[in-house]
Amino acid sequence: MGKTLAEKILSQKSGSDARSGDIVIARIDLVFAQDTTGPLTVRQFQACGFDRLANPEKTTLFLDHAAPSPNRSVSNDHMLLHQFARETGCLIYDVGEGICHQIVAESLAKPGDIIVGADSHTVTAGALGAFATGMGSSDVAIAFGLGKTWFRVPESIKIVVSGKLSKGVGAKDLILHLIGNIGADGATYKALEFGGDGLANMSMSDRFTIANMAVEAGAKAGLFPADRVTKNYLRSQGRGDHYQPLSADSDASYERTINIDLAAIEPTVAKPHNVDNIALARELKGTKIQQVFIGTCTNGRLEDIAIVASLLKGKRRHPETRLIVAPASPQVLLAAIRAGYIQTLVEAGAIILPPGCGACLGLHQGVLGDGESCLSTANRNFKGRMGNPEAFIYLGSPATAAATALTGEITDPREVM
Amino acid sequence: MLKGRALKLGDNITTDHIIPGRLAHLRSDLSELAKHVLEDADPTFASRVKAGDFIVAGNNFGLGSSREHAPLVIKMAGVSAILAKSVARIFFRNAINLGLPVLICDTDNIDDGDELEIDPGQGVVKDITKASQLTFSKLPEVMLRILDEGGLIPYIKKYGDFRV
Repeated sequence: MGKTLAEKILSQKSGSDARSGDIVIARIDLVFAQDTTGPLTVRQFQACGFDRLANPEKTTLFLDHAAPSPNRSVSNDHMLLHQFARETGCLIYDVGEGICHQIVAESLAKPGDIIVGADSHTVTAGALGAFATGMGSSDVAIAFGLGKTWFRVPESIKIVVSGKLSKGVGAKDLILHLIGNIGADGATYKALEFGGDGLANMSMSDRFTIANMAVEAGAKAGLFPADRVTKNYLRSQGRGDHYQPLSADSDASYERTINIDLAAIEPTVAKPHNVDNIALARELKGTKIQQVFIGTCTNGRLEDIAIVASLLKGKRRHPETRLIVAPASPQVLLAAIRAGYIQTLVEAGAIILPPGCGACLGLHQGVLGDGESCLSTANRNFKGRMGNPEAFIYLGSPATAAATALTGEITDPREVM
Repeated sequence: MLKGRALKLGDNITTDHIIPGRLAHLRSDLSELAKHVLEDADPTFASRVKAGDFIVAGNNFGLGSSREHAPLVIKMAGVSAILAKSVARIFFRNAINLGLPVLICDTDNIDDGDELEIDPGQGVVKDITKASQLTFSKLPEVMLRILDEGGLIPYIKKYGDFRV
């Protein structure tokens, strides 16, 4: 019997014949924490009595969730993480140097890797064919110290995509559609593995968006094969040598298979307060929006900003709708400046935030007021997520976000194209 | 044997309900952070909870973030176990890593305030108030061992490595 992508990677890194349901111990190729989970990771590492990292060159800290720091206690946490990096020799990406998952995608993850991060959206790197998953601070602290961890090899659900997305429809609409169908616990403890002829039409940016939200269906990982698209992306990042082809065996066994016709997907929005509470954007016409937030590890890449700029060029945001844009990394920001997108956005009335998580998690840079609604390109719309339990969050694609910024109400982007 | 009172919560209690991101600046001040446990799900929870109580929830408890502070503030509030119909993956592992038992069972017939008795070894929950009993699924061996040692840190301190 052949193997799924999850079984293949976990077999190779555990030196065993890993099958779904098995418990294995696997070597880790990259382990990281960020500024809201890192301080507890450091404390657990110390509590365990470790005095060195198993692999300093494979261990990274990111200061991205509150970047730059909004207050004294976060600043002190940032100092703690800098101190740890100095003492242990691990890598550290400072405030303004980008969102952890974007940096992992651009510079660190390779097909076939095992990556664990103290952040649930670590699954993003699954787009490159890495088995990447989020864990808590204790697990990550032990991975810092031992360079390995235990896994239950997940069952996989195969998602077969065919055809091509229509104009005005993006990868975000596809993943919201899928989560709406299988539910916020539809893949709990499992891996989502993507395949089908439609993948050839999906850029790495699309794949990152999809893998990123696998956890919103409860999945342990969201995995893509490493193919020509992966190869070209790694080459464009100066990492051509990091490529290796990787795919599931044709006779691998899946818990179930879900077929999706890409051409049938329409602009989709998740309504408050759960990601699986979906509707079509056109069904929500008339829903007033006070803030549009574009960015995050889900949709803060150059391709996302390009779509927004193309829709906003020469136009102005609705006067009662704030427009906040946070590029996911300095690489994205610089490319967006060179392409003229940032000028277009500022002329359209946008506020540009530094690379980082921005308003996504409710710490700063766009906290909502009582009763306000936000259309966000992020991955979570939980009650209280953006800093106020009395506010409402809708999730949509960058195109839907841009269209909504223009009209001040949730708008199907095809109406303004 | 664990004995205590059920505090009932619904489905899809997220890590933002348990401890929201807006309080991330308190993550290095745990006693202050713990005062806000579950405040966006049930504002009365922090004042109602007593040492030994159980959280009894519905489906997909703890979905969302990897923040270990979520099970940590629940444990600091004195909760001795979480019973739920299903639990999100990262939360599940985090709770066990902190020595906080998570039991998967059908919680529909347990009501808020019911007195419960749990025998983790036998896999049985007795609802004393209702004079009924139900069973829960056994944890994987590796999680049982971590739980037996009081969590992942004491487990690794004792064994120095994973023993699977």
